[in-house]
Amino acid sequence: MRLSASDLACIRGGRQVFRNVSFALDEGAALVVSGPNGAGKSSLLRLVAGLIGPSQGRLALEGGDPELTIGEQSHYLGHQDALKPALSVHENLVFWTDFLRAGDPLGKNPPKEMGALAAVGLDGLARLPAAYLSAGQRRRLSLARVIAVARPIWLLDEPTSTLDIAAQAILADLMRAHCAGGGLILAATHGPIGLEGAQELRLGARA
Amino acid sequence: MTALAAILIRDMRLAVRIGGGALIGVLFFLIVVTLVPLGVGPDLALLARIGPAILWLGALLASLLALDRLIAMDHEDGSLDLILTARVPLELVLAAKALAHWLTTGLPLVIAAPLLGLLLNLEPKATAAIALTLLAGTPALTFIGLIGAALTVALRRGGLLLAVLVLPLTIPVLIFGVAAASAAIIGPVPFGTPFSILCALTLMSVVIGPFAAATALRHGLE
Repeated sequence: MRLSASDLACIRGGRQVFRNVSFALDEGAALVVSGPNGAGKSSLLRLVAGLIGPSQGRLALEGGDPELTIGEQSHYLGHQDALKPALSVHENLVFWTDFLRAGDPLGKNPPKEMGALAAVGLDGLARLPAAYLSAGQRRRLSLARVIAVARPIWLLDEPTSTLDIAAQAILADLMRAHCAGGGLILAATHGPIGLEGAQELRLGARA
Repeated sequence: MTALAAILIRDMRLAVRIGGGALIGVLFFLIVVTLVPLGVGPDLALLARIGPAILWLGALLASLLALDRLIAMDHEDGSLDLILTARVPLELVLAAKALAHWLTTGLPLVIAAPLLGLLLNLEPKATAAIALTLLAGTPALTFIGLIGAALTVALRRGGLLLAVLVLPLTIPVLIFGVAAASAAIIGPVPFGTPFSILCALTLMSVVIGPFAAATALRHGLE
């Protein structure tokens, strides 16, 4: 599997956010996207997820499922946690795993919600309404969604923000395991997130 | 559980748990219908004549109440991003969401209508006819509203614009809904004629609504 972008450009609200962005990610590789605020890190991830269209350039995935778009083979972990405050922690996770697992071959990905909750340290709060979670706990619950459903590409937008030290270590382990299993990671971040040996893409040299 | 069943159950659960869902719509319906006899006075013959129209107008306005939350909630908390990157066609997801919305806001109106018929001096037969037309017609209101909800999703406080957009499109449903109910009560047109057209309007909106809403979402969120 190989994800490559050539000469991407993005226009948001009439403003050129970035242009001439190219990268190539091979199986098991990670790319850390950095840059000042407004450089287009989030826009690049949304572009790869297919949530916005590039104004120029192209994205290609070789070796993936040709029936699916790149976005459909990706986990998108954005700034918003996509949680419903009225549902419990467990209900939120079960909904997303049921919803996102659609189309997977039966039996290939058995349900492992409780395992995912345990992995992010939320197994004791499974019955608590998500409204009572702290920002960091909400982010942990989003991570549980990412590990409960298998997708080859992870698009992580500042995944460590709001996470405490312990959770950052968990996240780093998860990302290393994902890469070791042949997955790809694109992460937008301001600081080190524990991905040694990752390629780096710096956006927005100009003001 | 399949993805569509998952979204149907989640939306119904949310509608029941969060205020502003099923019960508020029925309460609003109750208040609108109760105000009419107080406004036009205790003329029983007049009330019986305008009864179908009052019940239909009340149901129409009540079904608009929660529409602006139909997609906007998922947009605000980021769920829509995940729905767009899921492997389920967006059209089907929107149809499932609209169905959940109808089951939690439209169906309670149909159930409450016979009770409110009492306030308007309606015969049992007339009340049954109105409930039947509401059962056939309210899905059209929801699925037409789905288009409006998709168009206004990116706007903060798009509720009023949504009503302005959706209400004109619901005029045919209102006309044939009231016509079918009146036909059953007064005649002379047979009930079946306007009722068939009402059913056709509902089927059409069930088919067109999800596609139009999905197109609006895909283009509107760029």
